[in-house]
Amino acid sequence: MPVKTVYNTAIESVSILDEHGNFDAKLGKGLIPDKDVVKLYEHMCVCRHLDEVAFKLQRSGRMGTYPENRGQEATSLGAAYVLKPQDWLVTCYRENAGLFWRGLPMESILLHWMGDERGNAIPAGLNVTPIAIPIGTQMLHATGLGWSMKYRGEDGVACTFFGDGATSEGDFHEAANFAANLDLPVIFFCQNNGWAISVPSRIQCSAPTLAQRGIAYGMDTIQVDGNDLFAVVYAMKAAVKRARTHHRPTFIEAVTYRLGDHTTADDARRYRDPAEVESWQHKDPILRLRAYLEGKKLWNGAKQEAIEAHAKETISAVVKRAEDIDAPSNVDFFDSMYVTMPADLRVQRDTMRTSSLGQNPAELQGAPQPAAAHVAR
Amino acid sequence: MANLTLVQAINLALIQEMEKDDRVLILGEDVGRNGGVFRVTEGLHQRFGDARVVDTPLAESGIIGTAIGLAMGGLRPVPEIQFEGFLGPAYDQITTHAARFRTRTRGTLTCPLTIRVPVGGGIHAPELHSDSPESIYAHTPGLKVVMPSSPYDAKGLLISAIRDPDPVIFFEPKRIYRAFREEVPEDEYTVPIGEARVVTEGEEMTMISWGASVIQCMNAIEASGRSIELVDLRTIYPLDIETIARSVRKTGRAVIVHEAPKTCGLGAEIATLIMEHCFLQLEAPVQRVTGFDTVMPYYKLELEYLPDETRIGRAIEETAAY
Repeated sequence: MPVKTVYNTAIESVSILDEHGNFDAKLGKGLIPDKDVVKLYEHMCVCRHLDEVAFKLQRSGRMGTYPENRGQEATSLGAAYVLKPQDWLVTCYRENAGLFWRGLPMESILLHWMGDERGNAIPAGLNVTPIAIPIGTQMLHATGLGWSMKYRGEDGVACTFFGDGATSEGDFHEAANFAANLDLPVIFFCQNNGWAISVPSRIQCSAPTLAQRGIAYGMDTIQVDGNDLFAVVYAMKAAVKRARTHHRPTFIEAVTYRLGDHTTADDARRYRDPAEVESWQHKDPILRLRAYLEGKKLWNGAKQEAIEAHAKETISAVVKRAEDIDAPSNVDFFDSMYVTMPADLRVQRDTMRTSSLGQNPAELQGAPQPAAAHVAR
Repeated sequence: MANLTLVQAINLALIQEMEKDDRVLILGEDVGRNGGVFRVTEGLHQRFGDARVVDTPLAESGIIGTAIGLAMGGLRPVPEIQFEGFLGPAYDQITTHAARFRTRTRGTLTCPLTIRVPVGGGIHAPELHSDSPESIYAHTPGLKVVMPSSPYDAKGLLISAIRDPDPVIFFEPKRIYRAFREEVPEDEYTVPIGEARVVTEGEEMTMISWGASVIQCMNAIEASGRSIELVDLRTIYPLDIETIARSVRKTGRAVIVHEAPKTCGLGAEIATLIMEHCFLQLEAPVQRVTGFDTVMPYYKLELEYLPDETRIGRAIEETAAY
């Protein structure tokens, strides 16, 4: 018997607005209305400023470890721009721009990195999950969230963000396999920023693209220039349509770059070639969007000055809110463990400052009562 | 009333909750047409269809992680893990996320899911089909852990677990899946999570156990001819120390029996709680009859490992004579 080819495929890569300012008018036509491009650009400027301020807060001892988002703003923002309120955005920890676009208060993120769990409280009706610290585990939650919407006959989509390193985790493969085999409306958005802390993406995947990983699970797959807001929106629109109408998942590999360190606890100079970093600085998503807008006479120096002043004022107020928040109650960490606090846990809570845990609870009279337990949404 | 095995009682609870609440769905390996490897979900696929009884890819982390998403999305998933030995791949999702989402998000995202898992030894099964990991999960804040020892309790506790707003691991002692039958009401009822059951009242000592070991305890108590109060925990966490302490204050003596290894087993925690609550009433050191600090042996020797009537009987006599 002759050897037959039973499967053949190709990966498409999309770039609409490149780092030299070239714009693919055909692909980009009608993709984002001009007024929205301006809003998105302004949002990226504000997010970038928050990032810079957050870095300084850490360096000056006012905040704990923080992962800079610098250089990756276009990915999560482009995704959030396409998603509708009923959709879920299930992020990792470098997606500030998208989370803020959807309506997460900026101080929530600062509170999180200031070691205050109240920063993870999700405002009612906002379909986002909190920052995910362990790598790759959140993709399965998106798979389940997408499934829950399909189960109820709704047309919602779950879009999950993760990095190149996360595609090495088993949970990525399980999530992709579940979503594809059970026909779930999930978008797997991979931010390939080249580095998982100090390990380059070629250690995560020896194939020429990460996008191939989507194909392995039988899902539609595309690679985009992740620093190109238009390309991200282009891929997201197709993926959202596929998920909403056919309950089929999509894998998007967005090629981007982490311009900063992994976190403020990292020093990327130990493992990255300065020339590589330098080359990516020219591909900054904000720079190219500004050039695009200026070319279309939609932006100018005065507007830039105005948005920078606005960003300064906004972020200064955000930092103030985050820093001025009342200290959490010293038993705050007990009160959301269960809807109904177990009796022994209540004793631990009520006596944490007054007795050893070995005390007979019958002797503990007049202990303060816990605050009303949080209830399920 | 119907005379049901533990398997049938669980099956009935699943049917009744699924009929009552369309947010309840089952997912896992072989839970669909095959009805599960122990046939616990027998007939459910036929009755409720593909959308509510779902055969998933073979991936335990995937099953639990996806169930977490389903639960956060407002549903009441009841994932099945085939054997407790296969909880390992799902451990990360259970402890890193299911147990933490409520407190992590200050109650704004929650995981009301019930993880059903056959547990324990005694059925001549291969490796990793006979373990007793309940204390690992009891040691994970944010979870509730349940293990019934009778068909009646199994039905009532499972209904409570499915309705519970927090994540519950529902361990099903496979050794007694079909070992005996019991009258189980057809009507809906619940057994509250967190309440132990006094199986037999007695005066000389208190015996505390859970899961399949309760049956071994009953046999040992009968053989001893002594008046022993047997407390079946039913819920591993939150632990009903009140019922235990009330009994030990009365009897002054306590023996704890569990299949799991001795070191850091739940018996250690219970013994400490007895000391905290009943120190002045104790007439004898608290005794433990447990599995050993070894890997669970293959089945040729599993009865050497599991607490049996003889070992429990010896503990009874030593405790009585102290």
